[in-house]
Amino acid sequence: MIRNIGLALLMVVVTCLLLAVGYATSEGVNRSAGTPEGAVRSLYDHVRGRDWRGAMRYVAAASNTDERTFAKDVGGSDGSLRTFSTLQDIRTTVLHENDNDAMVRANTHWSSAVGSLYDTRDLHVIRENGDWKVIWPADKSPTAPPQVMAVNFLRWDIIHRAAGDDWASQDVAAPNARIMNMNALQHDLGNGLQGVMIVGEIENQDTVPAFVSVGATLIGKNGETLGEESSFDKISHTLLPKEVSPFRIDFPGVKLSDVKKVTMQPNALLVPASADPVIAVLHQRIETDARGHKLLKGELVNQSGETVNIPHVIATYYDDSGKPIWVSDGYVDHALEPQIPVPFAVDVRDDVGPNPKFRVTVNQYSIDRQGA
Amino acid sequence: MSAAGGTSRNRYGLAAALTALAMLMAHAAAAQQLRVPDHVVANAGATLTTSGDGSATFYLVGPGTALKREVKLGEAIELSGADLRNAGRYSAILKAGGNAQAASLLVAPAQPAAINFMARPSRVPVAAHDAISGVAFVFDDYKNLVTSPAQVTFNLAVGDAAPITRKVEAREGIAWTRLDSARKAGAAQFVASIGDTNVRRVVQQVASDPCGLRFHTAPAKNGVTVETDPVKDCSGNPVPDGTIVTFVETDGRTRSTVDARIKRGIAQAELPAVPGALITVASGVATGNEVRLGGGK
Repeated sequence: MIRNIGLALLMVVVTCLLLAVGYATSEGVNRSAGTPEGAVRSLYDHVRGRDWRGAMRYVAAASNTDERTFAKDVGGSDGSLRTFSTLQDIRTTVLHENDNDAMVRANTHWSSAVGSLYDTRDLHVIRENGDWKVIWPADKSPTAPPQVMAVNFLRWDIIHRAAGDDWASQDVAAPNARIMNMNALQHDLGNGLQGVMIVGEIENQDTVPAFVSVGATLIGKNGETLGEESSFDKISHTLLPKEVSPFRIDFPGVKLSDVKKVTMQPNALLVPASADPVIAVLHQRIETDARGHKLLKGELVNQSGETVNIPHVIATYYDDSGKPIWVSDGYVDHALEPQIPVPFAVDVRDDVGPNPKFRVTVNQYSIDRQGA
Repeated sequence: MSAAGGTSRNRYGLAAALTALAMLMAHAAAAQQLRVPDHVVANAGATLTTSGDGSATFYLVGPGTALKREVKLGEAIELSGADLRNAGRYSAILKAGGNAQAASLLVAPAQPAAINFMARPSRVPVAAHDAISGVAFVFDDYKNLVTSPAQVTFNLAVGDAAPITRKVEAREGIAWTRLDSARKAGAAQFVASIGDTNVRRVVQQVASDPCGLRFHTAPAKNGVTVETDPVKDCSGNPVPDGTIVTFVETDGRTRSTVDARIKRGIAQAELPAVPGALITVASGVATGNEVRLGGGK
């Protein structure tokens, strides 16, 4: 009897302990940050749950930012890629620390529909009322002023042949798209895998928009097929007349020395499209970041009147003879409001040379835009 | 020996059977006869004559047709136009009392009355050699391919320009031609005709690559405005709106690019105003002039 009561009491105590632990680790308690690193980690723990109010408890009052601005900065807005992303992982490094302030580098890993996104911020952490808190600089991004913007860009629609037409009646012809140049290279594909990549450029030579894709087949020395792949997101699929897009097709695990022939299959379909929006790519330059990696940086400016939700930057690098040697891309996690510059940065391979020639194009995805 | 004797008996038996069949057919032939006309045209109908006495069953089997009719031997069998609408080889069979007689009837297509016209492509750059092809299939009113020689006229015209005309003899029902596209852009009317019948297709002749691309600059609120002269191809046709014109500005340290769209004949964009920067323009494979900001062109 006594043993049973003891067991019951023990179970009650264990249950209470577990509840306490669960509550303490949940968002329901304001953990005091005993270290600068702890403050940053706690802040991002709340960001992971999109609990902006909870995260604001770790933001120093000196930041002079409010919850709405913070949420917009960290969680994204205007249907940007960040609004469709979830924080997966955070790694912190203390760059320096003393009794009252510290600098902590936060490397965050976000998962999104288009793959992983990485962000690095050097955060200033100060001691405020005995707790470490993060100075989160208020987002000072300008917004487009209220205005009426006349937009009269061209739009293409298509009328195909009717079902009742006789068999000889013509349909509208598919657009004429041509591969302008291509190069097969043995490379580290950027994801730790070695393999063959086909890089090149395709041009819509027609006077109508085209939806293009490029396929490639590697043929071995005995005529066997070594691989068959197509460009996926390292290409701008919708090309307006005379528009040129780079493409890159990866064949992981294949050795270039085994390849006897490459067969290319460019495909072009006639699609409804809009000539809007125009995105300028300004101040493109190659810089070296704090880790010593080269980055292609610049600013995107949406010169149209409608917000571009997800910009996609594609960069092509060329050797001295003008042959493409690498295509890299990156998604910008901020939406492009009209006329507001948004910075971008794309990784550059270290082996493309100190001053590589490059070309940047911008693909875009917009919610509610017809024919985009 | 016995095997040889058996083979000999079999041969006699076969000969006897063939003789009996020949006598039977001769009797049948004497009993009923079917005669078909030498030349029949589609949808014109035909009269088949029979001989003999009594009643018989008439069968007609041909392209898209199968009919059965009770007839009286000695009377003509009238076939309507609808019975013989499809050109080709028909089998006419007359069966009476277990005997049958068959005859072939060849129905030729009627006069050319319709054209199925394939014009390719639907869109072609101006001043291109042999770029437009037209294939005409000649049919009569009943969708029969007219295989007898017939002259098809192809005519290609854009706006007020003089049309290009070709007369081509159709062989086995098909006539084809190749034509150059005109130097003037526009919707070309491509017509194939035979007699009073004609079929029209539209071949959009579009401007070719830009030629003599030039632009100029003007100060703007947030930088410099770059604007092309009206963009035309080498034949003087305006390049269609929506075509990409790329402006590139390099200042030695950074580079700015805008893929502008031609709108109402010109392309316009805004670039940063960097003193000494070089601005170039290109559209597809065509390049244009260069302008150095704060300097000469």
